[in-house]
Amino acid sequence: MTKFIVILLSAVFINNYVLSRFLGICPFLGVSKKLDSATGMSLAVIFVMLMATAATYPIQKFLLDPNGLGYLQTIVFILVIAALVQLVEIVLKRYVPSLHKSLGVYLPLITTNCAVLGVTILNIDEGYNFAEAMVNSLGSGLGFFLAMVMFSGVRSTIEGSDIPESFKGLPVTLTAAAITSLSFLGFSGVIENLFPM
Amino acid sequence: MNKTAQNFVKGIIKENPVLVLVLGTCPTLATSTSVINALGMGAAATVVLLCSNIVISALRKVIPDKVRIPCYIVLIAGFVTMVQMLVKAFAPELDKALGIYLPLIVVNCIILGRAEMFANKNNVFDSAIDALGMGVGFTLALFCMATIREVFGNGTFAGIPIPVLADNHISILTMAPGGFFVFGLLIAAVNKFGKYKPKKKNFGCEGCPQADSCGKTSCEKDGKEAAVND
Repeated sequence: MTKFIVILLSAVFINNYVLSRFLGICPFLGVSKKLDSATGMSLAVIFVMLMATAATYPIQKFLLDPNGLGYLQTIVFILVIAALVQLVEIVLKRYVPSLHKSLGVYLPLITTNCAVLGVTILNIDEGYNFAEAMVNSLGSGLGFFLAMVMFSGVRSTIEGSDIPESFKGLPVTLTAAAITSLSFLGFSGVIENLFPM
Repeated sequence: MNKTAQNFVKGIIKENPVLVLVLGTCPTLATSTSVINALGMGAAATVVLLCSNIVISALRKVIPDKVRIPCYIVLIAGFVTMVQMLVKAFAPELDKALGIYLPLIVVNCIILGRAEMFANKNNVFDSAIDALGMGVGFTLALFCMATIREVFGNGTFAGIPIPVLADNHISILTMAPGGFFVFGLLIAAVNKFGKYKPKKKNFGCEGCPQADSCGKTSCEKDGKEAAVND
């Protein structure tokens, strides 16, 4: 049990996908302007990350590894994720229109989100078992959510402030991201001390 | 300047993929901790970009328009796998340093973006030149960032210690916050000193490789508006 908590908390705080691993920066900078779009995007990412892990992990373990096809990992994973996202979108549209309304627009954007492909590959690289891989995906998704929501708050404050001409737009956003990331640096070491293994 | 030279040079300065178009931010931030990593990443991405641009441009009349994005992704993933295996075989240390970011070249927006914006409209030669220019621009931007981060953050340049700085390095620059900060400063410098006034990059759809297939005019618009169109 402790192991799951450690994996979950380190994925959320220490190895935060956006702020310390630099995965999924495009949506992080692009969709974090408003709180509701930030929430929608991150919920879609959590959802797709879990689905993608559930689909790619068995494929790697039962299809690619026994047949010595490990080198096809990248191609197979990106195709599975792209197909899965399309499928999820169709199913949601047909059966859960309310969820499709809130997540639908973000789903196509997620196909080429490196955080999703990253989490599926990292799950294999780290040698997690299936349950640990799912917990890690959940934690990564939650970490993405936390970073997005926090950062949309930071950005709404930047909007109204007086910024030097050449820093307007992206540079000031990146500087703010640096400070947000600095705050996450404070978490390193906390988890190891809380749950000595 | 003739067209070929123009195609090459525009990727380096005027339409630098990282500093002006702001594509491929993830690998830029992640692999610019040291000069060697940055050059390795730049070279790997350039090779993939060159191969994919040539092949996509050669097949531009064969690939049906409706399924072009999946086709491009498969082609790019194939080349990435090749590069990945080559790096693993001949530069195992680089493979270890780049780690997860090597397979993630697949989802690098620069490559899909160039396929969508240039290679499917132009002939093979122009596409190859465009890919080379963009690749060099990407590598150059990575190199600039990595130089700042390694020299001031670690006191070394490509692993060689620099006398005074080695004892007084600012290690935060090699960590995650430093990446964001240096990137922000570089873009601000380009805004300030570049003669090409970059348009207010809004991370809208113009830079998004999926703009054509996604059919929205702006990603900022919320679910409500898109839902009305359904």
